[in-house]
Amino acid sequence: MTGPATREHMHRAYRHDSAAKHVTGRAAYADDMAEPADMLHACLGLSAAAHAGVTEIDLTEVCRAPGVVGVLTAADIPGDNDISPVGAGDDPVFAEDVVSFYGQPMFAVVAETRAEARRAARLARVAYEPRRAVIRTEDALETVSEPLTLARGDVEAALDAAPRRLQGTLRVGGQDHFYLESHIAFALPGEDDEVRVVSSTQHPSEVQHVVAHVLGAPSSAVTVDVRRMGGAFGGKESQSNLFAAVAALAARKFGRAVKVRPDRDDDMTATGKRHDFRVDYDVGFDDEGRILAVDSVLTARCGFSVDLSGAVSDRALFHADNAYFFPAVRLRSRPMRTNTVSNTAFRGFGSPQGVMAAERIIEEVAYGAGRSPLDVRKANFYGGPGRDMTPYHQPVEDNILPRLVGEIEERADYASRRQAVLEFNARGGVLRRGIALTPVKFGVSFTATWMNQAGALVHVYRDGSIHLNHGGTEMGQGLFIKVASVVADCFQVDLDYVRITATSTGKVPNTSATAASTGSDLNGMAAFEAAETIKRRLVAFAAGHWNVEPGQVVFEAGRVRIGNQDMAFAELVEAAYMARVQLSATGFYRTPEIHWDRAAGRGRPFYYFAYSAGVTEVEVDTLTGEYRVLRVDILHDAGRSLNPAIDLGQVEGGFIQGMGWVTTEELWWDDEGRLRTHAPSTYKIPLASDCPPVFNVHLADWSQNAKPTIGRSKAIGEPPLLLCASVVEALSMAVASTAGYRRCPRLDTPATPERLLLAIERLKREGAE
Amino acid sequence: MATVRRELRFLLNDEEVLLDDAGPGDSLLDFLRLDRGLRGTKEGCAEGDCGACTVLVGRLRGGEVRYEAVNSCIRLLPSLDGCHVVTVEHLSGTDDGLHPVQQAMVDRHGSQCGFCTPGIVMALYALWLEQPRPTEAAIRKALQGNLCRCTGYAPILRAAACAGDYGLPEEDGLVKNRKAVGERLAALADGKRVEMAGGRAVLPANADDLADVLASEPAATVVAGATDVGVWINKDLRDIAPAVFIGHLGGLGRIEVGGEAIEIGATASYSDAEAALTEAFPGLADYWSRIGGWQIRNMGTVGGNIANGSPIADLPPVLIALGAELVLRRGAERRSMPLEDYFIAYGHQDLGAGEFVEAVRVPKPGGNAQLGFYKVSKRRDEDISSVCAGFMLRVREGRIEEARLAFGGMAATPKRAEAGEAALVGQEWGESVFVAAGQALDRDFTPISDWRASSEYRALVARNLLTRFYLDRSPAAAS
Repeated sequence: MTGPATREHMHRAYRHDSAAKHVTGRAAYADDMAEPADMLHACLGLSAAAHAGVTEIDLTEVCRAPGVVGVLTAADIPGDNDISPVGAGDDPVFAEDVVSFYGQPMFAVVAETRAEARRAARLARVAYEPRRAVIRTEDALETVSEPLTLARGDVEAALDAAPRRLQGTLRVGGQDHFYLESHIAFALPGEDDEVRVVSSTQHPSEVQHVVAHVLGAPSSAVTVDVRRMGGAFGGKESQSNLFAAVAALAARKFGRAVKVRPDRDDDMTATGKRHDFRVDYDVGFDDEGRILAVDSVLTARCGFSVDLSGAVSDRALFHADNAYFFPAVRLRSRPMRTNTVSNTAFRGFGSPQGVMAAERIIEEVAYGAGRSPLDVRKANFYGGPGRDMTPYHQPVEDNILPRLVGEIEERADYASRRQAVLEFNARGGVLRRGIALTPVKFGVSFTATWMNQAGALVHVYRDGSIHLNHGGTEMGQGLFIKVASVVADCFQVDLDYVRITATSTGKVPNTSATAASTGSDLNGMAAFEAAETIKRRLVAFAAGHWNVEPGQVVFEAGRVRIGNQDMAFAELVEAAYMARVQLSATGFYRTPEIHWDRAAGRGRPFYYFAYSAGVTEVEVDTLTGEYRVLRVDILHDAGRSLNPAIDLGQVEGGFIQGMGWVTTEELWWDDEGRLRTHAPSTYKIPLASDCPPVFNVHLADWSQNAKPTIGRSKAIGEPPLLLCASVVEALSMAVASTAGYRRCPRLDTPATPERLLLAIERLKREGAE
Repeated sequence: MATVRRELRFLLNDEEVLLDDAGPGDSLLDFLRLDRGLRGTKEGCAEGDCGACTVLVGRLRGGEVRYEAVNSCIRLLPSLDGCHVVTVEHLSGTDDGLHPVQQAMVDRHGSQCGFCTPGIVMALYALWLEQPRPTEAAIRKALQGNLCRCTGYAPILRAAACAGDYGLPEEDGLVKNRKAVGERLAALADGKRVEMAGGRAVLPANADDLADVLASEPAATVVAGATDVGVWINKDLRDIAPAVFIGHLGGLGRIEVGGEAIEIGATASYSDAEAALTEAFPGLADYWSRIGGWQIRNMGTVGGNIANGSPIADLPPVLIALGAELVLRRGAERRSMPLEDYFIAYGHQDLGAGEFVEAVRVPKPGGNAQLGFYKVSKRRDEDISSVCAGFMLRVREGRIEEARLAFGGMAATPKRAEAGEAALVGQEWGESVFVAAGQALDRDFTPISDWRASSEYRALVARNLLTRFYLDRSPAAAS
């Protein structure tokens, strides 16, 4: 069901390619695929101490339990006991002598059924020798990786010279991904040292390399396949390694297919999350609210290992300016080691925390200078002479924020609604309202420059049908339909011709994670290159065969015009085949222009920026702290959208996910380092009833990427999430109204009803002082 | 003793299922996915909170089959005797195309990763069967038990609103076959006791038979809606055998609305009891819609919410405030007590061996009663309360004659606030009195801090709820 071929397949609102399969339950996720008859099931045994020496692991009862085939420990690992995505050697499959967080895998038990494996795993007897456990960031003493400093100008002098100056602290909570499909992998042993792994992962190449590393086999022995994930959001970038490695180890040891599917609690306990941050800021500004200097330290709770924390805390710095020019600036990261699960990638990858810091500073300045936050924002936007340089020395060249913000002000009727909110609050009732407009500037590209590469593989078969494969993975974001539309557009055939196929390391090697919003930028271009290569061969063949100029070979609506001839696409393909034309091609793309010198803190880490602006209005019950988000308006820059329907879904979904992060989603560790919010009964992501009753989301249809990206589109996955800053500031305004807007409420996140009520009480006390 | 059948019988989609080996803790979800290969239904959380496993279960109610959305992850197989289970694989439209609900979801881009989608489709299907053209509020309520992490729900809400444009229930297979299915279910209901797995799972024939079974197996786990028990099994891997299933005992789920009181049988679900209670106490409607999600309200029972003695259960504070009495039965003996007396200490209730909760009797409060019901939670819907409260005051000529203030989440049991009540009784109606009563709560409660709320917040909210109660009755002051 794809509709007729037209000139353009890109930029059309095609439905998700699996939509009909989703709604009928026929879309197969890893746990739905047919299992070999002898499939075994593994369950992880997790530590019950946050930091301890392990003096004994007694698995006797585990082995005796019904259905158990055997166990796996560190001693069963033929290769390296490390699944670190950066090869750091600090992320064991199974802890050996020391456990470093509560819930760390120590062993796996393999049984005939999953239920038997789960039962058996609980029978282990482990003796611990407790050590000092660092749970809170404040108590952390060491960093997991080299901190980064971004600096420009003499920040100390500028702070000293500023007419106004203030310091504050912001705490931003972490977030669990809560993909609806928990982690899962299964491994099928092959000949010799070969193994095939089906994994729910955003990064099949990394899973392949890590499995090989753990097995002590070459990467060529391992094939990783992934058709689709039931959500990922960054949580299946490096975190899939564990489950794939355990499945592969077990398959190797027992010579049978083995599946690992943790239950929700184990998944949430044993895998990393969004980093919670503490930001200490020092800002100098003038009476008009124009920022003169910013000195911020962004401290991240990284957990027990480095994982991706270095890059995450770097990206937090890259976004700690958000859309604002800081004339003098110093931003420093502190990625701290703690005895908690190792935090990891999560949609935004540190940038949301950075943006929260920037927006808190704007809010502080607004209260400090007694001006409206929007006026302060506008006074500090990038733009104007000498005001285009980021803290990492990349100029902002394509800034469309003034236009976006102007349009959203109008669409959302911001000025008059803000006036109405002020009047509502002036009546002094127990219900208070708040409204806020926040912008987003998001840097697109992996900051690890080498990761900005992608490959694709396209075959055209003799009947004209097209097999499409690329290194990107489908997690629901609609990458596959976008890339398919690129290929259909190239050959000018119906989408039905283009067969979307599962990502496989055997088809496209050495791929990057589908992450950093780059999926369609990279894979779209790679697929385009592959399709264009075949198309060039077809054109050359047709021109020679029918003796016309290449310019007279035109692909159009499933047919090809060759001079005066007109034939079906399939006819040309068959003719080309008979003439021995190669109908298969790879495509490769690497993002141009980018470079980054981390030691110097200088470069051009981002190919371009994506922008957004949103307005949120809320109502708070000041007796209980409960609130509702009443209305949200968003105008988002997707460049020339590759698929407006898919992109709209990304904006809506990303915003709500961000809203959950800053409102009800609370990760709560007890003093022993146990995560106590490890299932949806205790960890509360937004519900349908939390979706704002008025939710107007639009793409800026006039926008085009200034850079020659695929179809002049822009990356879409992460930027909309960052608009959740508007929710926080709107809640903060409602809180501030209870104390006459005299003080910045300094609302930390998640802004639960409890945090709001306690902030209201704090303002009362401070007002009384 | 009743005659015994040793085989479970129910309908699954178009098929009749006979099972002679269902264990007491076997979930419907695992049965569907592992035994039947029906893998459209997904496991997202295995605790009834995400809705990815939503299926419909039809049961005979007053001679007609009523279909309800339930969570198959915590729905135990033995409880399905005599029911019709409908999974996503059963849905289809005309000519085997997509069902109207499915087509609406596809056209409105209602799926992204698609993993929650079959469950969402089933919840929306249940809604569409009842209301093909639902209000926005009805849609949001129907989706309280379904999590989606990708879409932000906006396209799903749009799809639900327009599903009726794609087709109406009259043309639906389930509706057209309702009578035939009813006859098949009636034929399955043979009035026998069912014993499975060598007596590890028992479905008594009726309430008297239940009394007999419990007399001989006083330590048995009593399973009604399984919204707690299912979680014990899936999360704690608890072996609940011997288990006695009572959800099918229609006689035990009767709701009798009398002139003086409403009596609710122990197995009446929240959904079953909703109409009678919210009609008698209109202020309860909003509160009721915040108990669990829709699936949980269709499964969980009023009796179970009381019997398990949770300090954070939603119903006890409300029912205590209303002056409810609990009826317990052992064998042929019955006794009743004020509900608050049932809760002795954390995990300890006034329930003897072999005794079971038979009913709760809620008196109608009369004209001069002022009622207030409050639930405060981190997330508005489908959350466990940080604090919940039921208040009933009798006011005569501006003076408070009687006060019943009951709280959940404030102590180890659902509990009345004696000091708070004392601060109100005899006082003139006015804001300062409620503020004083709120302060008096500090003498009643020393709440704990946990992941739901801090002690400080709980104490503050409890206090403020009394102000809220006052303001709700004094509109001028509230604005």
